[in-house]
Amino acid sequence: MAIRTEPFVLNMGPQHPSTHGVFRMRVTLDGEVVVDVEPVVGYLHRGIEKLGETRTYTQIIPLTDRLDYVASMTNNFAYVLAVEKLAGIEIPERAEYIRIIMAETMRISSHLMAIGFFLNDLGAMMTPVLYMWREREKLLDLYEMVCGQRLTYNYMRIGGVSQDVPEEFMPALKKWVAEMPRFIDEYDQLLSQNEVLLARTKGVCILPRDTAINIAASGPVLRASGVKWDLRKADPYSIYDRFDFDIPVGTVGDNYDRYWVRMQEARQSVRILEQAIAQLPEGEVRANVPHLLRPPVGEAYGHIEAPKGELGFYLVSDRSIAPYRFHIRPPTLINLTALKDMVVGWKVADLIITFGSIDVCLGEIDR
Amino acid sequence: MTTALKGEQVARTITKALPDSVAAADSMSVVVASQSLYQVAEFLKNTPELDFDYLANLTAVDYMGYFEVVYHLVSLEHNHSLVLKTRCHGRDKPTVPSLVKIWRSADLQEREVYDLMGIVFDGHPNLKRLLLWEGFVGHPLRRDYL
Amino acid sequence: MEIGRYSMAPLDEIDVAEGLRINSLMADSQQPIPDPDSWLDEEIRRNVLITTVDYVVDWARSRSIFPLMFGLACCAFEMIGTAASRFDIARFGMDIFRWSPRQADLMIVAGTLTWKMAPAVKLVYDQMAEPKWVIAMGQCSISGGPFKESYSVVPGINRIIPVDVYVPGCPPRPEGLIHGIRQIHQKIVKESINKE
Repeated sequence: MAIRTEPFVLNMGPQHPSTHGVFRMRVTLDGEVVVDVEPVVGYLHRGIEKLGETRTYTQIIPLTDRLDYVASMTNNFAYVLAVEKLAGIEIPERAEYIRIIMAETMRISSHLMAIGFFLNDLGAMMTPVLYMWREREKLLDLYEMVCGQRLTYNYMRIGGVSQDVPEEFMPALKKWVAEMPRFIDEYDQLLSQNEVLLARTKGVCILPRDTAINIAASGPVLRASGVKWDLRKADPYSIYDRFDFDIPVGTVGDNYDRYWVRMQEARQSVRILEQAIAQLPEGEVRANVPHLLRPPVGEAYGHIEAPKGELGFYLVSDRSIAPYRFHIRPPTLINLTALKDMVVGWKVADLIITFGSIDVCLGEIDR
Repeated sequence: MTTALKGEQVARTITKALPDSVAAADSMSVVVASQSLYQVAEFLKNTPELDFDYLANLTAVDYMGYFEVVYHLVSLEHNHSLVLKTRCHGRDKPTVPSLVKIWRSADLQEREVYDLMGIVFDGHPNLKRLLLWEGFVGHPLRRDYL
Repeated sequence: MEIGRYSMAPLDEIDVAEGLRINSLMADSQQPIPDPDSWLDEEIRRNVLITTVDYVVDWARSRSIFPLMFGLACCAFEMIGTAASRFDIARFGMDIFRWSPRQADLMIVAGTLTWKMAPAVKLVYDQMAEPKWVIAMGQCSISGGPFKESYSVVPGINRIIPVDVYVPGCPPRPEGLIHGIRQIHQKIVKESINKE
């Protein structure tokens, strides 16, 4: 006797424990096996691109903070690089080193958050998150020393950074960097050989190499699929060519590889930080840029390797104080195109953890 | 270091294979007529010396006389990049061929351009609004939207 | 997970229905809903005696609120930070953030509310059981914040649901949120006087 079954559509709505923000998926299920996934986004669309057309170049910097709010300074960094490319501005050495220090500490913090929430989806309710948060709180104290804010910094300016770091900052940063390898080893020891993690993520939801290139994935999602492409080595911006670091590349492209790549990247960031702190020169931190900047007519596309992928800003200028067109290339929206490829044929529980392994941030997808 | 290819050089290579497809070329970008956009894109992807397999960015700009759709292409193998542009005229349903079959990263980005600018992509499998809701009147990122 | 109706309809129908709901909510929400302030009414306070039982019930209720996690944007990270080990909201009895509105009585709306999300907020608020309170955390939920002039942002969640406590900041520090929660405790204790 055959039981009559039919697929049904399940709505994992905008308010849901595992959606990492206001994200909605319409999942067509046949029993527990996923047949189709349709992501629905736009629940946090704030119109930042339109607002940017009526603000001066410096007034857009706080708006860019709110894009990827887990690692805010990297958004500032990418925007400021794009404007400097458009206007042809040179910045002092000390400012370059400070920007790299900020970017790499943000990368460590963002990757630890990503791993923590990934494990939250697997079922380890909040314990890894609280462990990772311990390091993040020490880092937030450092940022507060520098610019007074814990989450949305508005620290970078066109032509450098807004102010120099105080004297207490460097000893505190050196102490934090000296302790980090021990903490990353602790997390690695607790997590990487865990049987539940291995059983649920090894060989699950594989993203093949050719598909990853065709959908223009970037960041850890691309590197976990075996493509050695990192903008810090392929198209070095700022002064990344002076540092010595490796790029971890995965082999298979499953969930475990995405988690492993992030863990190794955090270690490499610690290496870069040690070198940057040793080489930090004295000097000014801000170039002499007019208050109301009027770049020459033209366009520029500036991109950096943000923790979540390739974050790019496309600016068109018509010689007025506000950009004519301000476009943000969101890494996680484009990585999300792969969700359907990865998940069809697996179960609902695998859908949730695969979505967690892509590490989305809704502020950036919806802008 | 990713070399940004010069527009005039690439325009010459394209014109040799597909005459009458390039509308303009300057040092940074190549402007292609919208009817031949699909063939030029296929040519750029399949030629071994160019080999553009990574569509990094797809966006559109509203100059009041015409819309310009901008594609940033990268080749991972040769480590060079190119800016490809095309134009479409008219304010009521301007149309451009869709490049989803060549680079799948164009899927969600073309939906976003349709949503916010109103440009229709011919041949897209699922062209509907992405960021705003059905029933929203207008296309906000146009310059004449208040 | 909410289970939608057994539906084989083409998905466009669902999109169109959602759009109609959003447009009608937008048309209905042109004026802000007044804040609940009946606890300020001096007349009633002078004329009504409360029993010790009422007071104890409200004291207990205020010390064991279950908050609903409604983090929309950046402020959600400061809310999680308040719940983490350093600022520790568990010492106020609120350590489990409930995900289901049926089990919660305090809704902390943290982040920007857009018109597309507004029907979901209204639905979740309506599903909570009485008595319930709302904290508007951050500039975006108080008044629209840095995005106020945008075409798709609700200028303040008090257009959609009534708000009890406003916590300003962009994002507010965890200490600020804890101050807001202490204000809610005091409001709950005072409200018993006027609830009859």
